[in-house]
Amino acid sequence: MAKIIGGITTSHIPAIGVAIDKGLEDTPYFRDLFAIYPPIRGWLNEEKPDIAVLFYNDHGLEMWLDKKPTFAIGCAPQYENADEGWGIKPIPPLTGETELSWHIVNHLIENDFDPTVCQDIKVDHGATVPMTLLWPNHSYQGIKVIPVAINCERHPMPKPSRSYAFGKAIGDAIRCWEKDAKVVLLGTGGLSHQLDGPRAGILNADFDSYCMDKLVSDPQELCKFSNVDLIEKGGAQMVELAMWLAMRGALGDGIPEERLRNYVAPISNTGVGVQLLIPKG
Amino acid sequence: MTDYKMRPVEGTIHFDGAQSTKGFNFNKMCFSFNNEEARQAFLADPEAYMEKYRLSEEFKQALRDKDLNRLLELGGSIYYMAKLAGIFGWNMQVIGGMQSGRTTEEFQAYLDSQGRGKTTNG
Repeated sequence: MAKIIGGITTSHIPAIGVAIDKGLEDTPYFRDLFAIYPPIRGWLNEEKPDIAVLFYNDHGLEMWLDKKPTFAIGCAPQYENADEGWGIKPIPPLTGETELSWHIVNHLIENDFDPTVCQDIKVDHGATVPMTLLWPNHSYQGIKVIPVAINCERHPMPKPSRSYAFGKAIGDAIRCWEKDAKVVLLGTGGLSHQLDGPRAGILNADFDSYCMDKLVSDPQELCKFSNVDLIEKGGAQMVELAMWLAMRGALGDGIPEERLRNYVAPISNTGVGVQLLIPKG
Repeated sequence: MTDYKMRPVEGTIHFDGAQSTKGFNFNKMCFSFNNEEARQAFLADPEAYMEKYRLSEEFKQALRDKDLNRLLELGGSIYYMAKLAGIFGWNMQVIGGMQSGRTTEEFQAYLDSQGRGKTTNG
């Protein structure tokens, strides 16, 4: 049977991808942020997951406003990225895992979740920055990836409680897949930031810290927030907590071990959190 | 009736169905800027490019003025406006400053003032 071996939360902000492109990891600005990744990569090298289920949001590369799914799942054999308009370098494609993708889709629909099913999608920095961070130098080509997209761009967006429940159903699907496989979950994006309007630049390190605590010990507390609550507390793009909640839902009931944590603010306009959670039992 | 109205948040325009309807053509134009040839075509003749996407005069003027808050009011989405960054050579701190009435340096200082050093158990 498939087994979920851990969950990783990480930011996916473009500035991090650009820093990797330009080799800026060890500069004073980025050093504290990148310091967390070698121990996480060490854990990945030790555990050697076969598959990564990656929760991300599309920022107008593939899923633009004309047809914008609330929840979408990739069922493709591979995923390319592309020019997003502001200079991120394209990288070699991610490898898909169609069999588990379809198993998840079937399981979800049997359990009353109805995602958009995508057999041919490009993925943007929301997916490629985390992959590049966790498996540098294109070493992600050895791991199969299932991208799961959540709308964080246009209201109405799924409620935080719904993203958590959606993730929980995906976790149940993974755990009942008959193939032996080690699966790692990636919750990307966040934490506090606002890119738009006169309020641009707001950060809330205390709230970010609270969210990281509760994500481990009591995610139901975070599910009580509405998206507007999150916007008030952590800025318009704090809604990206959706992907963290989906990851945590998929990780399963019970309090996981928090193996690693890092938080740095600001990186670009964002409070950047990273956690490695290991489910117990 | 289900109450789905979003509470207002100061200094923020919720990008919802009404905004997305108003801003569709503009956001569609910005979406085209994922393509390098489109960016070059815009730079070569911005007026013709805006006309091709049937922008309203209000949108055209706001873009001529590079008035980002006005573009948001009219229905622009920051995710698509971010694609203007590649055309005009902005980064997110420049954009943040332009919207919040700060120089880029002042905006960076504002970010830093709310920052927190590394907290890690790694």
